[in-house]
Amino acid sequence: MSDWRPSASLDTIAARARLLHQLRDFFAARNVMEVETPLLAQATVPDPNLEVFAVSTDVMGASPYRFLQTSPEFAMKRLLAAGSGDIFQISKAFRKEESGRHHNPEFSLLEWYRVDWDHRMLIREVAELICEMLGRTGWQVWTYRALFQEHLSVDLFDPGIGRPQLLDVAHQRIGDIPPDLDYDAALALLMSHCIESKISDWGVVFVTEFPVSQAALARTMAVDRGAVAARFECYVDGCEVANGYWEQCDVAGLTAQFLADNEQRQQRGLPMRELDQRLLAAQAEGLPDCAGVALGVDRLLALQTGVSSLAETLSFDWHRA
Amino acid sequence: MANFSTNEFKSGLKVMLDGDPCSILENEFVKPGKGQAFNRVKMRNLKSGRVWERTFKSGDSLEGADVMDMTLEYSYTDGEFWYFMDPASYEQFAADRDAVAETEKWLKEQEQYEVTLYNGAPLAVTPPNFIELAITETDPGLKGDTAQGGSKPATLSTGAVVRVPLFITEGEVIRIDTRSGEYVSRASKS
Repeated sequence: MSDWRPSASLDTIAARARLLHQLRDFFAARNVMEVETPLLAQATVPDPNLEVFAVSTDVMGASPYRFLQTSPEFAMKRLLAAGSGDIFQISKAFRKEESGRHHNPEFSLLEWYRVDWDHRMLIREVAELICEMLGRTGWQVWTYRALFQEHLSVDLFDPGIGRPQLLDVAHQRIGDIPPDLDYDAALALLMSHCIESKISDWGVVFVTEFPVSQAALARTMAVDRGAVAARFECYVDGCEVANGYWEQCDVAGLTAQFLADNEQRQQRGLPMRELDQRLLAAQAEGLPDCAGVALGVDRLLALQTGVSSLAETLSFDWHRA
Repeated sequence: MANFSTNEFKSGLKVMLDGDPCSILENEFVKPGKGQAFNRVKMRNLKSGRVWERTFKSGDSLEGADVMDMTLEYSYTDGEFWYFMDPASYEQFAADRDAVAETEKWLKEQEQYEVTLYNGAPLAVTPPNFIELAITETDPGLKGDTAQGGSKPATLSTGAVVRVPLFITEGEVIRIDTRSGEYVSRASKS
């Protein structure tokens, strides 16, 4: 059996050690405190596009299951509500059924929160971090709408552009497409198949001001001709590395989002999730105005070392773990 | 047949798509940020040989195809079908022209071929990478022409025409690479 050996080279394993030091130095210099939160928690995200690993924990109390965290977001927000101030964490995160060249079901996530910042200020800090770690010198910021106008000649603010029009465009550009896509899935298809490849030689690109239907846990805000979600995603050479929000602090808005997520789960035949009452209680008490972002450490390392798959950054990838 | 979900799609898995059996070549998982995840799948249509690229929503599934590969021995043809035999069970399989296709020119009795069976019937026949065949017709080599390292056409016992060096004569057995259709060497004497 030869797969006892690491899937990463020893050079890459050493590069990971250096990168972790660099990241910690970056936040130490900016007075952001490192924290640790539980990986096995009693609640999990209702997001219909995320699947979790449930772990049987019958010896430890009331709930027969705990969930491996898909990100440390909820626990970190409880720390923020408790008054922690700016915090960061480098931890493992787990997402079931995500496996491929850029995905490993167990991966390392850098997540951080900045109190009293909005997503625009955080974009700047993410850009500085990426430029420092990857030796890049500049970045671009595009709105989601502008990218669709630029590459697909589609204006998402045009009331005449809905699901059928998007499916038409997808059909023309891609050919055969899955038949039962809703509005957001059609956008996701166009993004991943038509736009990501176009921005792959643009270096560091931030996409911001997402459609309101993709707000997730970000707040929505009014812009010139409509409303958008105060979110951003960062792509480096076409690979998505970070996803940030100007956080939804309003507890009613958060509850509504969770209920809508659960409704989607039910429609798709997925198990519904119990809402994280501790998070809701923390938010009811008051989550400070803040912006937060999650950044894939393994992908950052892949970009830094120039390897072409995530497996080559991991000591032991999913198949060797 | 069982159904296979996109996360079970692995290279070599045989599935049904649009009524045709296909073999998965590549399966790439793509997920833009937090949205809907997709699998971009490359597969070979085993009937036409064409490579298709399709996108599926992650978690969608396809029916498995009853396709298997067997090593069979070529027996004979009656002009309409080409008959292959399982050397272990002596079971016979009749392949039609579509299944034999280009491999016809490399068919030699008692030679073993990789036959892809779909619902028990031959769908495709793949020759071994190297095959030894006798030359039935070629011009005599011209003396003194060897310096140029030239070549000439030669007709083989199966009807295939390949280019051979000038020193090769009628009746000789030569080794051919069936993937490129090129002469490799004189057959070993053993």
